[in-house]
Amino acid sequence: MIESDISSQRRAPHPPAAPHAIANPARKTTRILLASLALITLYALATIAPDNVDLGVAGKSFLHNLDLMFLHPHLGQDTLAQLVDALVRSIALALLTTLIGAGIAFVLALFTARNLAPAPLATAMRSLMALIRAIPTILWVLVYATVIGLGTEAAVVGLSFHSVAYLVKAFAESFEAVPQEKLDALRVSGARFSLVIRHALWPSVRPSLLSWTFIRFEINFTNAVAVGAAAGTGGIGYYLFMSSAFYFDFQEVGLIVYLVLAFAILLEMIAVAMRKHLAKTV
Amino acid sequence: MAELAQFFNRQRWQRAATLMVLALLLVLPQWLLHVDFADALFGIGAGWQWLGKNFMPNQAALGDLGEILHQLGRTIVIAVAATSIAGVVALLLALAGAKTTSRLPLVQMGVRLFASCMRNIPFVAWALVLLFSFKQNDFTGFLALFLMTIGYLTRAFVETLEEVPRGVIEALEVTGARYWQIIGQGVLPAVSAPLMSWLLYMIENNIRDATLVGMLTGTGIGFIFDLYFKSFRYPSAGLVVLAIIAVTIAIELTSTKLRQVLAQ
Repeated sequence: MIESDISSQRRAPHPPAAPHAIANPARKTTRILLASLALITLYALATIAPDNVDLGVAGKSFLHNLDLMFLHPHLGQDTLAQLVDALVRSIALALLTTLIGAGIAFVLALFTARNLAPAPLATAMRSLMALIRAIPTILWVLVYATVIGLGTEAAVVGLSFHSVAYLVKAFAESFEAVPQEKLDALRVSGARFSLVIRHALWPSVRPSLLSWTFIRFEINFTNAVAVGAAAGTGGIGYYLFMSSAFYFDFQEVGLIVYLVLAFAILLEMIAVAMRKHLAKTV
Repeated sequence: MAELAQFFNRQRWQRAATLMVLALLLVLPQWLLHVDFADALFGIGAGWQWLGKNFMPNQAALGDLGEILHQLGRTIVIAVAATSIAGVVALLLALAGAKTTSRLPLVQMGVRLFASCMRNIPFVAWALVLLFSFKQNDFTGFLALFLMTIGYLTRAFVETLEEVPRGVIEALEVTGARYWQIIGQGVLPAVSAPLMSWLLYMIENNIRDATLVGMLTGTGIGFIFDLYFKSFRYPSAGLVVLAIIAVTIAIELTSTKLRQVLAQ
């Protein structure tokens, strides 16, 4: 019965089309977007081929280096203790900048959320944060390395700066998701601003702030490695830079990559466990 | 009454313990890294001042504008191409790895493991190893961006595909549709909006990261900034920063707008 019903529909000369699906603006946007991305990609592929490099030879050498990296990791110039120490330093840098960033961002986000701050202030804060976010982290670190001298302080300030701007946006959006009634309930009872924050806002946003901060920690760890390599501010990134760009020792690069991977996968496991725990409590 | 007191007591202890852990997490790295906070605090103001004084683009810097815009354009085109191609590869991988579209548990595991590793290999390593083999040119930057995007997109696509309701797939299965018909007619139309929005987000992110990748691989806008910065041509470097700000904000606005339309 059902069978024949479907087959008769299939044989129908004009299968009933869903008119709303065709007029759907999302579908049209998707098509236009896909077409433009394809065009740009084709243009890039047509113009990208380097004229000074034989791709076959380069590809072979790349595969050879990957083989050295991933299948034959080995210590080179540095001892394992040195590398682990550098990894711990990078982790510490990420942790410190994330916590500083989250602390400052929480306060600033109170002045950025539209349901808490007056509109002109919120807009001004939003624009300022967008501006800071638009400047890549590495530029902040380079500038501060020039001003306060090469060292950990430059990395701390540079990474914190970007973390604050990122977290203010995320936190403010979490604040704005708090139902207005919840805030009003305390306001009409005559509660001060600080009490509204403490008893209405904080309990409802705590899980989302925690997960945003953790996401930023993962980003900051990646950044701490990158900054060590590109601005020479130390940590595991510096060793990575020296072993690959200075000593061309890809076996050591492989070992460092495995060290970083081990920590990153540990982080991912913590994140999954945390998300499960939060899902249970909410 | 005693129970209530106990409850508050426990809450107080929990709060104290949380604060202790937080303080420890803050003090420990500070002690390990020997950060001089006074130095750092002084640096914040000094850094802005220094930027305002040295990075103001001048007449000479405007002469570099052509070169800067050219490199910026190349960087955007390469970031878009790398992300788009990574998107196609990631979609194929995700189809093989998502529980809804693949019936091979071993392949699912393999795809997840691959994505997780690719996501977490520091891109500094990719950039530098690629630079050694492919030398300093746009293609190296392209490959670096491609390799660092693929892990992220595969994971995001797997998660998106797994949100497709079983019913959509079963409905097509009972009509006798073949695998690619189910994917093409049932699965992809259902998730095209979130997939596109992930792709846009990654393009936005990659244009941001292109500065750093460019510094490491000696290509595009990152290279030109590094060049000006290290040869003390600060006004030109300032112009590069302004150009990056303009493009990043423009891309962020466009991508947000497009994602809003897609979500409808």
